[in-house]
Amino acid sequence: MHNIEKKWEPKIIAFFCNWCTYTAADLAGVSRLKYAPNVRVIRIMCSGRVDPQFIMQALASGADGVLIGGCHPGDCHYSEGNYKMLRRFRLLQRVFKSMGIDEKRCRLEWISASEGDKVKTVINDMVEQIQKLGPLALPERMADLDKEIEEIEKEISKEEVVEHA
Amino acid sequence: MRYLYYPGCSLKCTGRSYEESLLPVFDELKIDYVELNDWNCCGATAYMAVDEAKAFAIASRNLALAEEQFKNEKEINIIAPCSACYMVLLKTKNYLDSNKFELAKIKAALRESGLNYEGKVRIRHPLDVLVNDLGVKEIAKAVKYPLKGIKVASYYGCQTVRPISTFDDARDPHTMDDLVKAIGAEPVDWPLKTRCCGASLTGIVEKVGLPLSYVILNEAAKRRADVVATSCPLCQFNLECYQTNINTKYQSDLRIGVVYFSQLMGLALGISPKKLGMDRLFIKPEIVYKAVKGGETVYV
Amino acid sequence: MFSTNGNNTPRIGFYVCHCGHNIASLVDVEEVRKYVATLPGVVVSRDYKYMCSDPGQELIQQDIKENKLNRIVVASCSPLLHEHTFRVATEKAGLNPYFFHMVNIRENVSWVLDNREIATEKSKDLARAAIRRVFFHKPLEKKTVPINPAVLIVGGGIAGIQAALTIANAGKKVYLVERDATIGGHMAMFDKTFPTLDCAACILTPKMSAVKSHPNITLWTYSEVEKIDGFVGDYHVKVKRKPRYVIEDLCVGCMDCIEACIYKEAKYPDEFNQGLSKRKPIYIPFPQATPMVVLFDPETCIDFKSHRCKKTCIEACDRDAIDLKQVATYENINVGTVILSTGFQTYDAKLSPQYGYGKFPNVYTSLEVERLVNASGPTGGEVITRDGKRPKSVGIIHCVGSRDEKSHKWCSRVCCMYSLKLAHLIKEHTGAEVYNFYIDMRTPGKGYEEFYDKLMNEGVHFVRGRVAEVTDWAIIPEEEQKLTIRVEDTLIGVVRRIPVDMVVLAVGMEPKDDASEIRRLFNISCSNEGFFLERHPKLAPVNTFTDGIFIAGACQGPRDIPDTVAQAGAAAAECLSLISAGSIELEPNTASIIEKYCSGCKSCIPLCPYTAISFKEDIKKAYINEALCKGCGTCVAACPSGSILQNLFEDDQIFSEIDGLLKFAGIEPEKKEVLHA
Repeated sequence: MHNIEKKWEPKIIAFFCNWCTYTAADLAGVSRLKYAPNVRVIRIMCSGRVDPQFIMQALASGADGVLIGGCHPGDCHYSEGNYKMLRRFRLLQRVFKSMGIDEKRCRLEWISASEGDKVKTVINDMVEQIQKLGPLALPERMADLDKEIEEIEKEISKEEVVEHA
Repeated sequence: MRYLYYPGCSLKCTGRSYEESLLPVFDELKIDYVELNDWNCCGATAYMAVDEAKAFAIASRNLALAEEQFKNEKEINIIAPCSACYMVLLKTKNYLDSNKFELAKIKAALRESGLNYEGKVRIRHPLDVLVNDLGVKEIAKAVKYPLKGIKVASYYGCQTVRPISTFDDARDPHTMDDLVKAIGAEPVDWPLKTRCCGASLTGIVEKVGLPLSYVILNEAAKRRADVVATSCPLCQFNLECYQTNINTKYQSDLRIGVVYFSQLMGLALGISPKKLGMDRLFIKPEIVYKAVKGGETVYV
Repeated sequence: MFSTNGNNTPRIGFYVCHCGHNIASLVDVEEVRKYVATLPGVVVSRDYKYMCSDPGQELIQQDIKENKLNRIVVASCSPLLHEHTFRVATEKAGLNPYFFHMVNIRENVSWVLDNREIATEKSKDLARAAIRRVFFHKPLEKKTVPINPAVLIVGGGIAGIQAALTIANAGKKVYLVERDATIGGHMAMFDKTFPTLDCAACILTPKMSAVKSHPNITLWTYSEVEKIDGFVGDYHVKVKRKPRYVIEDLCVGCMDCIEACIYKEAKYPDEFNQGLSKRKPIYIPFPQATPMVVLFDPETCIDFKSHRCKKTCIEACDRDAIDLKQVATYENINVGTVILSTGFQTYDAKLSPQYGYGKFPNVYTSLEVERLVNASGPTGGEVITRDGKRPKSVGIIHCVGSRDEKSHKWCSRVCCMYSLKLAHLIKEHTGAEVYNFYIDMRTPGKGYEEFYDKLMNEGVHFVRGRVAEVTDWAIIPEEEQKLTIRVEDTLIGVVRRIPVDMVVLAVGMEPKDDASEIRRLFNISCSNEGFFLERHPKLAPVNTFTDGIFIAGACQGPRDIPDTVAQAGAAAAECLSLISAGSIELEPNTASIIEKYCSGCKSCIPLCPYTAISFKEDIKKAYINEALCKGCGTCVAACPSGSILQNLFEDDQIFSEIDGLLKFAGIEPEKKEVLHA
């Protein structure tokens, strides 16, 4: 639309747990801390709810990074949901590596309800980091890939026609 | 670990006995050091008061040189024994590390002479290196002639732990006292450890400087200190050389040795007073010499 | 094109709130309203000054009725603040409340950004995601759980005592658990209370004995909560009762055993008197201790160390109450709600070495002086310094461990007032010259400023300035053998040296050392400084983020006795309100298994911390007990076949939110008729 001329800005999707990080983000707001506008927060009850598919889907739909915020180890409102997320996160990082996606695009942070300033620093830091990495642009890359495959298929079918002839 | 040694101007002139005593002590304790190539004056407090930006630029040159000289080392630790040098370098580093805008300016200035500053260097005080890196246990082990019965008033001066304390408690410093204990002497508990000696004022506005030195010496004497130990060339100079003037002004009869802590350490480690530059002292701390092996001349 | 949730096509009402200037000053709400109107499914799009106000809520209700809305999205503040409000409004208009969804454009947008264009864009993105999300919302049944009417109170200081009595007087069961051997807390140590100079013991001890004798209160002193699980309405608590080596039910507090102890002289520091007096290995904390039961200190008792004591204490007890083989016992109780009133500790003055505490014997902490001026204290109320003299001049240093970058940044709120009180008492007891060294005098409270005024008229000196040091460095004869306080008097602009005989350090209040362990045990949060975190600093000051757990007193932050008592009453009222409602509504965000997709792999079973998931052997499928499920969603995320569904956080809902944020950012606006306002 109208933002073609604009400088590229990273798009980051964040999943914040209701009890710690979402509350901390509220605190950041109440304290009027200013931070980078690139993050869109989705509230979930626990970081344990973050399905790896959510992260994949976000990146596939055009996000340049995904941030997950949970309670500090030992502080999970549901005892251990954050540990489960950590486990998943480690596996996911390997998957990213094998897919050629920089691991830094997905970040897991422990931010307690009182750490409003940490919300600010983490978000600013992550935005800076993603800015350095540049756009991920998976939708575009996948569209290109589709086109390529289409063309190859066309070529193949042409060859087949030739052979038959 | 290898250290860079930044002597500063004083340790090459009026405060030479600080260098003369510190380096043999380092050698004896196997502390590996090398002098910073082509170092320049830190600018001291005077330049800072006149033009801060230029003062930071001149001080930062030394930091940049250190990073250059030690670029292949894992850690860059620069030892600045003089209190003023230590404080100015530390202040410069803190300022540059926390002030991106000024850092850019200073970097531009350094670039003119082909230098760069990245913030990797750590500024260290010899007390810090001796107590926190080497440890008092190691020092105690190396002591040959413990200074038994000698009461030492540890005098840190106003710049070693203030305004920036990196290795000791600013409100109650103890590292020099720890060293004093390690060499077998007895630290005097006294409240003027970090009080100003008068600094450069003693030389130029005597009526301001002298009283400051007087209270320090008077209190040390009152607390029965045999000797005052310092870590600053200017403190040593003020407290020792002005004792006659002080006695005249206050009708007192102060006569108390003021030495570098490194000189006391050197004695305990078995280094001769001469090698420690102690023949330069105006007031010879005879009582300390006597304490070493019952007064026999054990030094060569 | 979209899942329309059964037969009814979504008819979405969207409302964007100005929140006065809070949102509208940075977000172009009209632009957001216009934009959302173009999105698919949106039938009504409006902006309004205060959506949470009655007219705002009525707007929604009217639209639901008139325009047959079946989905509501409000873009305003944090859902943690007003989600409940709007759900209730939605429900009142006859729509299932879970068709409502909230967009946070205040805490997440207008308050954290500074560019109007960007803020408006971000608001649009978030609104669009919510619009996509509500397509997948479903009607849900509320979940209610009954409230067990018993209450657990942890900490028996004045806060715990007040809360316990309030609840017990309302006819409800209270378990009061106190770690020390007696209740009373810090207040029991005080001599007088400011500004009325009421005798602390006279107003506290009747309350302490009321707690002891109240039929509805079970008092467990020398006990600690070991474990707690469950949730609001039904907490299961395990309490450890530490051995005091005396059978509580048999001991009558005659103290014959203490008399009979083979130590004829008391020789161990008395904790209650701040170490200013001595006690024996068998002792009573203080004369009004409640319960009035002696206890042993196994650290100092000879028999515990060598087993060779003559045990004269046992002989002396004609009720056979002493049992040196006593071990810890455990009590298991069920309660519905919990009040934490675990209190504070005073700042360790040794951490400010410039004031010489621990180095100069005549430097005291304020708590020590409370004991010193107390008639039942170590000196019987005589103010005598450690070197046995009656001070002729006393300096009170304010803000020790408060308002200090090097220790704690906060103001401890009580020190100015108690310093005034101590100044008065010291002057009254000794006639000494008393100096107060303050940064600012902070005396807000009923009768407080008047008390300050009274003290000034009594001739107490006030010097404004933070004290640099307390030193024994004398430079004039008047300073010899005294402690000299060096301070810059900022009102006259000079550095002063004031020699005194005695220094009192007005130590501040800080969180207890183990506050963070207690926090973890009860699953609540702490603020940055380490005090327990309230749910909302103004509107929910005694609530925590965990339902059914309330906080009262100085464990939440520094405060004085009147505020503590008021807060304890508030916490008690919160408990009673839950109890008298009988039940509480919980979020219906539980998970359930879609049996036809479940492959029976059992991956989910070990993930649940509440053992809510079991395996149905007959059909080889997992089963979730919704009564046990707390709704974290961890199993949902882990299910490989996607056969677990979490209400309010269904996969479809979250995926559509992600897509709404990203994929549909550039879709062509739909041309249609939408109601604007």
